[in-house]
Amino acid sequence: MTVTPPPEILRAPLVVEFPFTRSLGPVQSAFLTGLRERVVLGVRTESGKVLVPPVEYDPETAAELRELVEVAATGTVTTWAWNPAPRPGQPLATPFAWVLVRLDGAGTALLHALDAPGPESVRTGMRVRIRWAAERSGAITDIACFEPYEDDAPGPSTGTGEGRPAAHDGEFADPVTGITTPARLDYTYSPGRAQTRYLYGLAERRTVGERCPSCAKVYVPPRGACPTCGVATTDRVEVGPRGTVTTYCVVNIKAKNLDIDVPYVYAHIALDGAGLALHGRIGGIPYDQVRMGLRVEPVWTEGARYPDHYRPTGEPDADYDTYKELL
Amino acid sequence: MSKEPVAVVGIGQTRHVAARRDVSIAGLVREAALRALADAELTWADIDAVVIGKAPDFFEGVMMPELYLADALGAVGKPMLRVHTAGSVGGSTALVAANLVAARVHRTVLTLAFEKQSESNAMWGLSLPVPFQQPLLAGAGGFFAPHVRAYMRRTGAPDTVGSLVAYKDRRNALKNPYAHLHEHDITLEKVQASPMLWDPIRYSETCPSSDGACAMVLTDRAGADRAPRPAAWVHGGAMRSEPTLFAGKDFVSPRAGSDCAADVYRQAGITDPRRQIDAVEMYVPFSWYEPMWLENLGFAAEGEGWKLTEAGVTELDGDLPVNPSGGVLSTNPIGASGMIRFAEAALQVRGEAGEHQIDGARRALGHAYGGGAQFFSMWLVGSAPPAG
Repeated sequence: MTVTPPPEILRAPLVVEFPFTRSLGPVQSAFLTGLRERVVLGVRTESGKVLVPPVEYDPETAAELRELVEVAATGTVTTWAWNPAPRPGQPLATPFAWVLVRLDGAGTALLHALDAPGPESVRTGMRVRIRWAAERSGAITDIACFEPYEDDAPGPSTGTGEGRPAAHDGEFADPVTGITTPARLDYTYSPGRAQTRYLYGLAERRTVGERCPSCAKVYVPPRGACPTCGVATTDRVEVGPRGTVTTYCVVNIKAKNLDIDVPYVYAHIALDGAGLALHGRIGGIPYDQVRMGLRVEPVWTEGARYPDHYRPTGEPDADYDTYKELL
Repeated sequence: MSKEPVAVVGIGQTRHVAARRDVSIAGLVREAALRALADAELTWADIDAVVIGKAPDFFEGVMMPELYLADALGAVGKPMLRVHTAGSVGGSTALVAANLVAARVHRTVLTLAFEKQSESNAMWGLSLPVPFQQPLLAGAGGFFAPHVRAYMRRTGAPDTVGSLVAYKDRRNALKNPYAHLHEHDITLEKVQASPMLWDPIRYSETCPSSDGACAMVLTDRAGADRAPRPAAWVHGGAMRSEPTLFAGKDFVSPRAGSDCAADVYRQAGITDPRRQIDAVEMYVPFSWYEPMWLENLGFAAEGEGWKLTEAGVTELDGDLPVNPSGGVLSTNPIGASGMIRFAEAALQVRGEAGEHQIDGARRALGHAYGGGAQFFSMWLVGSAPPAG
């Protein structure tokens, strides 16, 4: 094999996103339904402290908490940080302050956004009030943000003394019992040196694995190291293109995101010279005639990174003993 | 200094179902924990540490859910830690908790595992669209079905065995009020007639997707002396790992599994598991894994596991009952499934298993595995304290 400079390592974005659902349970259900009705609920702990947002279990005693109270839509900033460059999905599109707000009647502070013209207009101790969203569905975003509010500030509120917030039964018509919380993570993925070289090989329709210098097994696809011996694999070895079906299943139900007509055969294929089997679809033969030991070769389609499927070569089946360690 | 003997004195489960929309994750784990405390007649104040486990975070999309569960589990001011070993995690979590007691780090530990599969989609969580990689072409069961075919080829097992396991486990589940599936009209013919999804695996031979939690209270000898009900004693416990893929990997009988079992038997003084063990709760997500694990765990010689199943040995009234609870085939909150195996083994030797109790069970094995046959965890519990 000729000496070639190492290829540029591949990279690509990997976006992981899913609309997770949340069953709320009684306390969060009351809290979020309350927001929809422009009511902010807290929960009273065994020691009498009012927690906003409310929780189901006492952080100090582990007791079940169900004593809901209504607190005010006005409050005091307890601390803050300026956000000069909001990211997509944040509460406001223009620069704003992240604030912790202790609502009047609450003993703890709630994290939210404060709409303010600049950091010079924000200070700890300033009075703020909720700006409700026009469309409310029973979500924390029903509070669009906080805004500055001029009033005669009440005395320091601990949620335990005077101005004790009123009890609330948490009952609303048509309560919200579950929410959907779409989550998204943006990664940059690199398959690394070994798989990059493997992928460049596939682009030339060649399958090139790497041999472990210790146990001499050829890894396809290569991972850069032998998981058994724990040493780097550096010796590149072309395998296949032909191989043997070592085991398989017949897929009778369509998997999501796969545009393959069922039934089809999903097989483990040991390419000639490889130390373990890779996975692929078998075509060019009725699904019920596929068998262990069937000899196959890859079928490529234009522009595809991997073989579309494998088809019979017409050779006699391989003897079980030749592939029984490669299932 | 010898190890402290470890006793299971409290066990609690939720009634496992497809979706618990009435509770949050905190509410779900709370339910199991309170039942375990009630069984042990203890309160939160009696617990010195909490060890929690679940499957990967992507399954519910809550990153490190243990951080927000400390309140619900009375863990504030106490050590709390999370164990993470894929599908075997329920077993590994119990073993970490047991080791804390055995090492006399803590006297009484609450251990709990859960999954709320209805909040997400486990198959999605396991098949992220990693760039450049070939997607899995077969869906959930497609990963397992080729290994089942390899087992059948290796042993000559007739293709009827898988349905026998499913029929047995679903009938056992009818005797377990906590099991998810209660198929009162189940017949062998119905199992055999269910759709062949990933040939050779039929629909009725696959596990359900469940919401549920399981908790146990583990304690030392003094704690066991105070316990109101009989304890289950830990006679041996072990974990083993191996890569998901490597040249020479035996998916039908992974070495990590057989090594793990051998370690447990050595600790427990078991020389003939088939004769000395009275009940087994093994992790069987697809029915054919019962005969496969019977061989891997040393209950049958290689190639002979299916014969035990076929002869009825693993039935509730057989001489080696396997999954009297109905097993993973009847209940599968993934992260909790391993702990349910461990807990059900403990219930058997405590004589507390109710309608699915095996009369006179003195030694039982709990088994869990996960992560592409990558992680294994097992414990052997007995009705009497370990010798020495």
